[in-house]
Amino acid sequence: MRAVTWQGRHKISVETVPDPEIVNPRDAILQITSTAICGSDLHLYDGYIPGMRVGDIVGHEFMGEVVEVGSGSTLKKGQRVVVPFTISCGSCFFCEKQQFSACDNSNPSETRDASELLMGHAMGGAFGYAHLTGGYAGGQADYVRVPYSDVGPVIIPDDLPDDDVLFLSDILPTGWHAAVNADIEPGDTVAVWGCGPVGLFTIQSALLLGAGRVIAIDHFPARLRLAKQLGAEILDYKQVDVREALNEMTGGIGPDACIDCVGMESHGFTPDNILDQVKAQYYSVTERPHALRQAILACRKGGRVSIPGVYGGFADKFPLGQLMEKGLTVKSGQTPVQKYSGDLLKMIQDGKFDTTSLVSHHAPLEDAAEMYRHWHGEQNEYTKIILKPGLEKGAIEAKKEMAHV
Amino acid sequence: MRDFFSPSAGRGTPDPLALAAVGAGLAFAGIGYAFWRRMRNAETDRDDIATDAPHWTLDKPSARALFGKSVLVNRPRTDLFAAWKVERFPEFMENVVAVEPLGGGTARWTIKGPMGREVHLVNSITESIENETISWQSEPESEIANSGEVRFADAPAGRGTYVTLILAYDPPAGKLGRLGAKLLQREPEVQARRDLHRFKQLMETGEVTSNASPSARKSESPVEPHI
Repeated sequence: MRAVTWQGRHKISVETVPDPEIVNPRDAILQITSTAICGSDLHLYDGYIPGMRVGDIVGHEFMGEVVEVGSGSTLKKGQRVVVPFTISCGSCFFCEKQQFSACDNSNPSETRDASELLMGHAMGGAFGYAHLTGGYAGGQADYVRVPYSDVGPVIIPDDLPDDDVLFLSDILPTGWHAAVNADIEPGDTVAVWGCGPVGLFTIQSALLLGAGRVIAIDHFPARLRLAKQLGAEILDYKQVDVREALNEMTGGIGPDACIDCVGMESHGFTPDNILDQVKAQYYSVTERPHALRQAILACRKGGRVSIPGVYGGFADKFPLGQLMEKGLTVKSGQTPVQKYSGDLLKMIQDGKFDTTSLVSHHAPLEDAAEMYRHWHGEQNEYTKIILKPGLEKGAIEAKKEMAHV
Repeated sequence: MRDFFSPSAGRGTPDPLALAAVGAGLAFAGIGYAFWRRMRNAETDRDDIATDAPHWTLDKPSARALFGKSVLVNRPRTDLFAAWKVERFPEFMENVVAVEPLGGGTARWTIKGPMGREVHLVNSITESIENETISWQSEPESEIANSGEVRFADAPAGRGTYVTLILAYDPPAGKLGRLGAKLLQREPEVQARRDLHRFKQLMETGEVTSNASPSARKSESPVEPHI
């Protein structure tokens, strides 16, 4: 089959690799129909995530048709399913508590040692995301093997097109979880850093969960426009001092909840970020957490900070005293996707979410390398890319309104 | 501007900045040594009280004569005790090639060693308490002298069972052999830890977790697990 592979920092190539096979009774094999490139794939692309190996198949947002099942799978051939990016067994202590992303069985014995060494405890398994999370092949490919296929995959009714439901795999539940973690009270002011796909779903989720207003922060006009369209007030950090603006918009107290949808590679020409950039270049730090620093300083006293953004290790200049003195509550973590799948599918069917406005491009799987370059370098024009294994090389479709932004 | 990195810097008259740096370094080392002495003295002077730490966690890992590891398994103690039997070992003990019962609680084990070698152990069960513990001790003809114990204890709040594996052995070829085996991932501690997790996976999910999947690495197969 053909698959998108990681070949090193800023090197992605489409290669011919062996097809996956059923290995365990609960496995299923999918033929991929749609697979998106995630913002967190950029952390792999930039070499920020430890534990990648040359030749790894990437991709953790995918859906497709069931083409083969093991004896213990509850899926049937021909079903269309979306697969959560987190691999969860459904029966360990953590899965029983619905903390699916902390599954204690999905990271196999061979890979869990390194993960335990770095994190203190082995992380749960995930598709296409480095060997610290299990070293599973991802779904940016013609086919993928899905372990514990009786727990994760969401069966999709025939009348729902791929684009409406694909994001159940990661960014929609991640946005929802980010808002849930912000413990929003009715009428709250919620600030969201980053208007990428996760930020855009966080904005929608925060409003659905009762926020009075959502203030979104970014610097790409196209992304800010999408945020505004979805009901957020917007701040371009290139135009204003974000903390001053947030204070002035909240009578001086700051937002009740601050959500970091940026993660480990903050943009921005600020002294702390320039220092982080230099250090990261020489692998002496693993993060550039400028957005998170700002979120902590911006948050009101006694407020909440939610961190869906991905971080990999040890951060420099973390405002710990500010966190303590202001009495902030922090919640974070990879999304327990399976916990939310059913409710969110229903909400999509009820028209509660706009899942398609953010999609800027559909491209063939064969053009993945070029798409990663655009996704990395042209974030204003490329707001979300969906790869289709079926399309012929070069058949790239850009959304009209996005094309001349 | 002074060039600190040119080869000539420091020749002839000593660089005052370099001297200052050396002085500061010595001062720090001295302060560090004083603190270390104080800590050591404090340690020997204090009154020790009995610790509640499991005995296999005492001492630094490098100074321990045994290895111990616990896992939480979300199944009742009776189920796990029943599943911990010789016939099922090859299902979750990756390096066990065969276990051949010799009668009277003694069994001959064939396990994979480093460099494709096979190692034979002859172990006898010395004590078995239903649903609680199984202890064993190697016989003189065993190629590696070893002894150990597996314990099953109720976890609190209905969480299942704490399963603990304790293992003591004489590493073949001494410490160096042990290091070599570790690098080759055939060291008994590494094996024991991984096998314990495989037991947990098998008991909780009905299968041993595998990341077997394709990659663009020619050396790997899509049906074999990889690191």
